[in-house]
Amino acid sequence: MSVSQMNEHAPLAAAAPATAGARALGLIGALASGLLFGVGLLLSGMTDPAKVLGFLDIFGAWDPSLALVMVGGITAARIGVMLIARRGASLSGLPVCLPPKRAIDVRLIVGSALFGAGWGLAGYCPGPAVVSLGFGSSSALALLVGMLVGLWGVPHSRPRR
Amino acid sequence: MSIAWQAFTPWSALGGGALIGLAATVLLSVNGRIAGISGILAGLLRAPGDRAWRFVFVAGLLLAPLVLHFFAPGVGVPPAVVGAPDARFLMLAGLLVGVGTRLANGCTSGHGVCGLARLSLRSLAAVAVFMGTAIVVVFVLRHGLAGAAA
Repeated sequence: MSVSQMNEHAPLAAAAPATAGARALGLIGALASGLLFGVGLLLSGMTDPAKVLGFLDIFGAWDPSLALVMVGGITAARIGVMLIARRGASLSGLPVCLPPKRAIDVRLIVGSALFGAGWGLAGYCPGPAVVSLGFGSSSALALLVGMLVGLWGVPHSRPRR
Repeated sequence: MSIAWQAFTPWSALGGGALIGLAATVLLSVNGRIAGISGILAGLLRAPGDRAWRFVFVAGLLLAPLVLHFFAPGVGVPPAVVGAPDARFLMLAGLLVGVGTRLANGCTSGHGVCGLARLSLRSLAAVAVFMGTAIVVVFVLRHGLAGAAA
């Protein structure tokens, strides 16, 4: 079965409940991933809103650095995508939950435009906002208040079958 | 357009980006999950069960500055923002980020890193739209509509 056929709402291994060992491995994996993700955001410059806005200001004095964050990120994430496609299962035995294939719709475009507007206003996307709270940024705290209200207020979209 | 070479930090950007991608690889291959921050946060707020791994992941994000400080003091934490926008402005920006990423089912991590790594066309469209909109907003804020007409 190909990766694209796996579905968030019908995980492959849903039949068998996750064992305690699988769940423990999953928690270790999630903690390691969160730490690595946060350290990566800090080192890359993504947690500096001034640098983010300098990257988005392509008609001013443009700082192209953050394009390289995407290059590094996509390349390294590709390893995981190929690994999971080859194995067809996670290393812990937890079910693989990938977003189902869906068409490009109005919701995606409008949502991305609203997100881009918010990102351009303040220079924070969700990850850096959380990490910046970790070093006590009051700006990030204010932004997170608005962001969590927004995340909470919009129901999850279910793909139409 | 001119390039601000004095601000250009190619190696830390590439290296930091690689760590972000490695984190996505760990979460996908160990947990079978996509490392999309907005989705993980929304799951913490709304998903009925399955909160533990999301909670631990977010704890990792919050602890990252402390861990980095332990190994490399002074590295990574940006200088305090000079002339930071006021709290109401930041909350409005945050609200747009929250509503937008939920409607779009993803942000810079879920679409920009994981989605593009999966060669998803939906993610490519999302990235093009949020990058484009952000660039327009920064242009208007910094150079004004008068600059656009010129």
